[in-house]
Order: sequence, then C-alpha cells, then structure tokens
Amino acid sequence: MKKPTILTLAFCAGFSIMCFQLVGGRLLAPYFGSSVYVWGSIITVFMLALSMGYLLGGKFSLFRPNLKKYGFIFISSALTIIPTIFFSEQIMDWVFAMVEDPRYGSLFASSLLFFIPTVIMGMISPYSVRILTISRDSSGHTAGFLYFVSTLGSAIGTIMTSFYFVLWFEIDLIFWLTFGILFIGGLSSLIVNSLVPHETKEG
Amino acid sequence: MKSLLILISIGLVFSTSLIAKTIHKERSIYRNVVITENKNIRCMKFETRRKKTSNQACINLDNKTELVFEYAHSVLTGLAYNPDPKRILIIGLGGGSLPNAFKELVPDAEVVSVEIDPAVAKLARQYFDYIETDKIKTKIMDGRVYVKRALKKQQYFDWIILDAFNGDYIPEHLLTMEFLSEVKQLLKPNGLLSANTFNASKLYDYESVTYQAVFNELRILKSPSKGNRIIFACNCDKIDQKLQWDGQLAARLAPYGTDLEMLVNRISAEVNWDTSVKPLTDQFSPANLLIQ
Repeated sequence: MKKPTILTLAFCAGFSIMCFQLVGGRLLAPYFGSSVYVWGSIITVFMLALSMGYLLGGKFSLFRPNLKKYGFIFISSALTIIPTIFFSEQIMDWVFAMVEDPRYGSLFASSLLFFIPTVIMGMISPYSVRILTISRDSSGHTAGFLYFVSTLGSAIGTIMTSFYFVLWFEIDLIFWLTFGILFIGGLSSLIVNSLVPHETKEG
Repeated sequence: MKSLLILISIGLVFSTSLIAKTIHKERSIYRNVVITENKNIRCMKFETRRKKTSNQACINLDNKTELVFEYAHSVLTGLAYNPDPKRILIIGLGGGSLPNAFKELVPDAEVVSVEIDPAVAKLARQYFDYIETDKIKTKIMDGRVYVKRALKKQQYFDWIILDAFNGDYIPEHLLTMEFLSEVKQLLKPNGLLSANTFNASKLYDYESVTYQAVFNELRILKSPSKGNRIIFACNCDKIDQKLQWDGQLAARLAPYGTDLEMLVNRISAEVNWDTSVKPLTDQFSPANLLIQ
C-alpha cells in the first residue's frame, strides 16, 4: 500500500512541477515577453528552488519520516500556489514598474511567483527516497526507480501542458489543476497513513 | 498594369529565392539571420533547414525606393485614413523599409520601430539602408513590453503598425485581447491601427474575432496575390468616415510602387469569419497550436 502510494505521488509531483513551470512562462509573457531570457529566468528560479528543496527535503527526512508529514509537504506546496493565482498581476505590475530591464524583471517576478511552491515540491523527491528505502544495499535502486517515476511524470506533465492543456484550458485553470493534483495527492497520503498506521511507524 | 508588374516582381522574388546566394550570416540569440541576394533583389530571412522559408525583408537594389513586399503597399494605404500622422509606432522592424518610406512620405513624423532582435536591426542598417535620425528611432525590446512602458509614460501614437508575425512562429502574447486593448489605449483619439496578419488556417477566425472584440469595427485589405491581409481599425467610433484620399496622395505613393486606388478599392468591411469562436486572451492564447 505504501509503496504504490509513494510512487504515484512522486509521479504526480514530477507532473505538477513541469505543469507549473510551463504555465509560469505564459504568465510572465504579457509583462516581460517570451524571449529566451524570460525562459532562462524561469528555469533558473525552478532549478534553484528545486536544489533548495532537495536539501531541505533531505534534512526533513531525518526526523521520523512518515506518510503524514509526506502528505503535508504536498498540501503545503498546493497552498503556496494559491497566491500565485490570485496576486500574479499585482506582483508583476509592481515588478514591471520597478525594474526596467526585462531580464531582471522576469527573474525577480519568477522568484516571487514560483520560488516557494517549487522549493516545497523539491522536498518531495528526497523524502520519497527515505520512506521507500529499506536497506542500504537497495537504496541506489530505490532512488533510481523514484527518479525514473518522477521524471517520467515531468515528461508527461510537459507534453500534456504544452500540447494540450494550453489549447483546452485557461491558464488559471491549469494552475488550479496543479493545485488539485498536489492537494488531492497530499490528502491521499494522509488517508493511506491512517489506513496503515502500523507500517508508517517503522520509518 | 502597375499591379501586374508588382505581382510579377513578387512572383520572381519567391520563385527565385531558392537559388539566391547567401552573402552574409549573422548570429542571433533568437534565430540566425541570413542575407541573400539574387540578381537585384536582396532579402533577409531567418536561418532554417527547411526549404520553404519566408523572407523577412527584401530590397530592390536597382530601385531602393520601391517596396518589394505586397503587404507593405497595403500598410501604406493607411495614409488614406490619416495622411499626416505625427507619431508612428511600428512593432517588428524587419529591413526597415516602412520607416524608410515614412521618412520621405511624412518627413515631420516621429517613427519608433520596436524590434526584439538586435541582429535584425543591425542587418537593416548594414544591408537595407535603414538610417536612424532624431525622428527615426529603434528600440530593441519585446513589442508588448514597449507598449506597456509607453502607456506608463503616456507616449501616444497616431498610427500603430503591428508587423511582428512572420508566418513561422507567432508571438502569442502579441495576439491577445489584453495586448490589443493596450495598443488601443496607446492610440490617440482617432488613431489608426494596421496589423499584418494571416489569411489562412484555423487561426483566421480566432484572430479576427480577437481584433473585433477590442476594436469593434474592422476594415480588411487582402493582398491581391499573397496570403497577407491587413486589418485596419481605429480608436474611434466609425472607421469609414476617416477614409480620405485623392490623386495627390496616390502620386506621393506611386514611387513606392503602391497602387493606392486599386488597394483602397479592395478594403472591405465584410465579416467573413466564424464569429462564434472564442477571442484569444492572455489566459487562452494557443495561437501556434491553432495554426497547425
């Protein structure tokens, strides 16, 4: 029960990160254009945030890791997307008025809009590895399989968003979709945790 | 007769572009830009491996005044709406043939061209005789960013020309209701918009509906032979009343190869698109997917 849950959630996290990143680019375009440096800003902020997230997620996994905390990581990342949905225009207006150069403008705006949710999403990978790892010998195998699943999720999130979602849905709806995936993912982790309380304590 | 000659010369440009030789290649942060030459026609195009590429700009070396592109003649027809614009904004510089023409046609006008790619501006100066003065200015930045900044500084224009769509890739943030509203706000009262747009594909309906949603009344000028169509619209109540032209204006445009009478007569108010489609917005702008 625990293993398939974690694998599914890791897939969802990978999917959501890329969904979030691609619509993020659409969000910035009206203010900063869609030049290569706008994408450069977004990718920089995401990579930086993920690196922080990996570090924090690893640290966090040292303290009695369980599915409940795991679920809370998902729910927190979902909740931190909400300000991006509601206040992006005000934030970008403010940055646009303050920073003339669209390179630094887009970098600053991406930091304000995407950094925190992405840090929290980054915490998911190392935490997943910790919960799934049974022995030192198999840890590489476990980590490898998790990267496989979550990166596959990222690939599918990328293609779905750029090929179809932008054609089917409005940007805000895609943000809400990302929110929904992470939020429901978090809730299911809490539910599974309550169903198998015994299993989680060993972690 | 003149239009026939234009047609033939345009036909020649496109039919011979495959065997045109490359005389210069410029590195760009977007796509590398190449200059090709074939007999007396010099063109600028984006480097690609595909055989069929559209030229971004062309100049006739034997007669540099003449405008090679058909759509450029259609754009100049805008002078029939306002023969004396004081401030003109062009989004998408290309080879600078429009600002060059305005320099002679309306010498008192201030012409600001916004171009995203510095390599294009450099080549316009080097190979297309684009010369900047205190009235002819170039801004290297994204068109939307320029419009937003200009709005903040309240620098309004009499005429805004959108020419940022080259047919291969559409800057989607320049084809939304929000952007066109910003453009409309940047126009002085009765200011004119001319947009070089598409004539084919599913995007035609979406694009037309989007312009219509913002400007209400549109006037369409389809090029006699190629796939371009120019949309005219204005920051006014009724666009037709503003159309005024005479033999004098026609004579001013003649050296550019523009047959004003023929083009004015082609301007149509007909709504020949599907008005039930959703206008494009910043929230929904899959223009490049719709063109497939």
